[in-house]
Amino acid sequence: MSLITTLARLEAVDSGRAQPAATVRHRHLSDRPLVFVPLTTSGETGAPLGALVGTDRDAPRLLVVPQPRDRDLRFTFLADLADVVLPHIESYADAVEAAERTETDPETGKRVKVAAELCADAPQLIVPSRTGLDFVRLLGRSMRFRRTAEQDPDAPYPAPPRVPLLGRWLTHYGERARVPGSSLLLALTDVLSRHWATGQSGLEDQHLGALLAWIEPPVGMTGAEAARRAELARDADGQLLCPPAGPATDPAFDNKLLAPAIERYDRARTALAAAEDPLTADARLAALTAAEREIRDLVASRTRPTWDAVWRGLDLLRALPAGAHVEGRWTRDRWSFTAHRDRVRAGEPPQPRRDDAVTAANKLATREREQARLEAQEALDDPLVMAGRRLAGEAFAGEVTDVVMAYSEGRRPSPRPLVTVRTDDLPHLAERARVYRSLDGRPQSAEFVGYEAEGVLTLRVLDRMGRGKEPEPGSVPEKGDRVCFTLFEHEQRGGAKLPDPEDTPWTHGGPPGEAPPEAPDPVTEEDVL
Amino acid sequence: MTTVDFDPGTAAGRATEAILHDTLHGTERGVVVDSPPGAGKSTLVVRAALELAAAGRPLMVVAQTNAQVDDLVLRLAEKNPELPVGRLHSSDTDAYDKALDELPQVRTSAKAADLAGLPVVLSTAAKWAHVKVDEPWRHAIVDEAYQMRSDSLLAVAGLFERALFVGDPGQLDPFSIVGGEQWAGLSYDPSASAVTTLLAHNPGLPQHRLPVSWRLPASAAPLVSDAFYPYTPFRSGTAHGDRRLAFAVPSDGSGPDRVIDEAAESGWGLLELPARHTPRTDPEAVRAVATVVRRLLDRGGAATSERSPGPTPLTADRVAVGTAHRDQAAAVRAALAELGVRDVTVDTANRLQGREYDVTVVLHPLSGRPDATAFHLETGRLCVLASRHRHACIMVCRAGVPDLLDDYPATEPVQLGTLVKFPDGWEANHAVLSHLTEHRVLWRP
Repeated sequence: MSLITTLARLEAVDSGRAQPAATVRHRHLSDRPLVFVPLTTSGETGAPLGALVGTDRDAPRLLVVPQPRDRDLRFTFLADLADVVLPHIESYADAVEAAERTETDPETGKRVKVAAELCADAPQLIVPSRTGLDFVRLLGRSMRFRRTAEQDPDAPYPAPPRVPLLGRWLTHYGERARVPGSSLLLALTDVLSRHWATGQSGLEDQHLGALLAWIEPPVGMTGAEAARRAELARDADGQLLCPPAGPATDPAFDNKLLAPAIERYDRARTALAAAEDPLTADARLAALTAAEREIRDLVASRTRPTWDAVWRGLDLLRALPAGAHVEGRWTRDRWSFTAHRDRVRAGEPPQPRRDDAVTAANKLATREREQARLEAQEALDDPLVMAGRRLAGEAFAGEVTDVVMAYSEGRRPSPRPLVTVRTDDLPHLAERARVYRSLDGRPQSAEFVGYEAEGVLTLRVLDRMGRGKEPEPGSVPEKGDRVCFTLFEHEQRGGAKLPDPEDTPWTHGGPPGEAPPEAPDPVTEEDVL
Repeated sequence: MTTVDFDPGTAAGRATEAILHDTLHGTERGVVVDSPPGAGKSTLVVRAALELAAAGRPLMVVAQTNAQVDDLVLRLAEKNPELPVGRLHSSDTDAYDKALDELPQVRTSAKAADLAGLPVVLSTAAKWAHVKVDEPWRHAIVDEAYQMRSDSLLAVAGLFERALFVGDPGQLDPFSIVGGEQWAGLSYDPSASAVTTLLAHNPGLPQHRLPVSWRLPASAAPLVSDAFYPYTPFRSGTAHGDRRLAFAVPSDGSGPDRVIDEAAESGWGLLELPARHTPRTDPEAVRAVATVVRRLLDRGGAATSERSPGPTPLTADRVAVGTAHRDQAAAVRAALAELGVRDVTVDTANRLQGREYDVTVVLHPLSGRPDATAFHLETGRLCVLASRHRHACIMVCRAGVPDLLDDYPATEPVQLGTLVKFPDGWEANHAVLSHLTEHRVLWRP
């Protein structure tokens, strides 16, 4: 934790309210995000219990699996989910704009620009918490390899038609969410705790209710009291007043309310199956419907508070103006969305179970580059973030007290003006360290020459002053200017190109080859209820 | 350990011969050499390079940092001034040590094509990754292979047919600034070390070990070996009494002077400050470190070792300060400047890797901390800090670290399929601290 975060958290404790950790919004927010509040069944990995999903805060769609261990009901749930999510995704797929993309020409090996389509906007998916991200990945993995009756007529339990496609999209969103600064799939707790520092630990910040309680405590309560209430307060029946944001549910809810309701549902279903005459069947069907409705009400009662909290959190974030670089990062998200759209349209197979060596290395390189880019851009966009970097000795701001013109040696002397800056910051400047400032949105570099006195340092400006002997106007700081230099670079260089997967070297096991199709797990008794 | 029939020189020579034999005449595509701190890794790399060049095999050398590459070029030039050597460098300014320009046999270039045909070409892994060749090199030497990440080996492995991988498994593991849990357990996990991936895919490769540390004194080798290399022990190349550290000015009785005397006598010293939770740049501990350094230089130290017949004065360039964090290093530098000390190296463990000094002063990574994170517990960090010295190592630490260790069991999630590294930081920290406690000097500044 950086010093400024520690300070902000201490202030939050002291004032009883979360303190701003950013002055602008560092993530893109769509005008029409698709919010997804899933619940999972305890004790059974990847068995959804229900979800609220939709783009309209007043009219979420409630999806429920009354018996989570019933594979058919689970498929119905997933098919319903696909009916909500896929049309939303597809509504963005066709609005495109012309763009350019750099590609390696297969014949010459040179990097060339080619015309490409870029989706004008991309659908954004919001889940309440970080565990929600994992659940999206889990759902994606559980669906993308399923075979529909159309794909494989012999499949014993074919998946509904659009379920594998939903799995591929959720997998793509889940993978994209691992890229720092991406906004296709966001966990609200992560975004909120990026923008506010609370007086509790990072782990506690993952509780959406407690986090919101710190940011907006009810009148007459401190953040700590409100957070404690959100985490622990129970009603007369022992149920949490603020249900966890999921996907895991509260054990008291599972034991006291959900399990009996599911048992009633099971009994009603068995009774219906045993009904021999239409009249009894009618009555028993009514009982079954009532039992199902009861479970629906229970799921709705646990998801709706989270649903409302998510929208309240989005309102808070929308009140912040977007950072200057947010749009650029969202464009990368749009590229990512467009690329996956193209893969789906081209009929490519679903994402493999595991990345091969080259794909894994490429992903890691991209994420490291994006992480460095994000850290630099957030600091450039936001004086409060920059203040944290200055406090950490990674940047300094000050006033220019003197500018002396100087020139480089060599045949064609170029301007290398010496700029003296007075600063109260304590940057960790090594000998001849490079520093950078933003000049019209592009980085200008300078070299640390030395300290003239305490807090007074001299820099030699190195570039972006034009080609002439005299620097272009405005390209060199003037006496009295306020400047802010960073020790970190503003832009990231692209990494080296890795070999193609079919050229994987011997040190990494050689080319992956054609993986033998994995046999599906044998069907056991537990698979069929 | 019986040392009667163990001659360190012979043992090290035998190991080197076996390594060179496998490298020059072996049938496997790779040879892996584990080297404890100061076991002559660079000497081995230089010797192997010269022999491969002499055998007429075009050789590329991959190191991890520009400083390491420049150091190898200089060593090669020193051993064989006739051998033409290529130094491939990046197009940044100051991409390589200007001392290389003085050497007529060294050709430097930012383009691999300019260096084609030279018997040996050296560069960093990052630069090699941008090189494209039609015909791979016959042989490569990968230096500091345990500090190289698997993905960076992936980028360069297509450039060579066979390779000698040399490195120290006990030092800091490579790291990534983003999480790579999703690939944990895969044999080619891109954030794992290059050697881990190499051996996972090629388990039959011959593995060698250098058995003697020439840097660590007889007082330090057993502790470092036991604490960090319990299954691959090594010993010191020198015996007790071969190295001596003496001071002309007697102790003034203060904590720093007493701990200096203790370290001069036994090779280790622990200056323990009262227990307290502090910010990372603990002002008292930083001042204590600076004071110890100041007194080391003021008291007219003289180091006697097998290298020279008479004692050599302990000067600022033979002393280093090691810390865990960069801001701590900056704070120590500032404190030293206040005391008028110049030219003492102050750096983090990452940057001290591969370096050697007569005396090191270490700010313990866990000193004053309220918690023990994976970063601070990392075995390699402590190993680097505790194995840079030829004579003595002085740790400065707040009291209470053993309790801190006991309060924080390792909580990293267990990943299926990953190689569990022994010893873990918890165990290694306990081993080092319990030994240092015997050389403890309490001091309240």
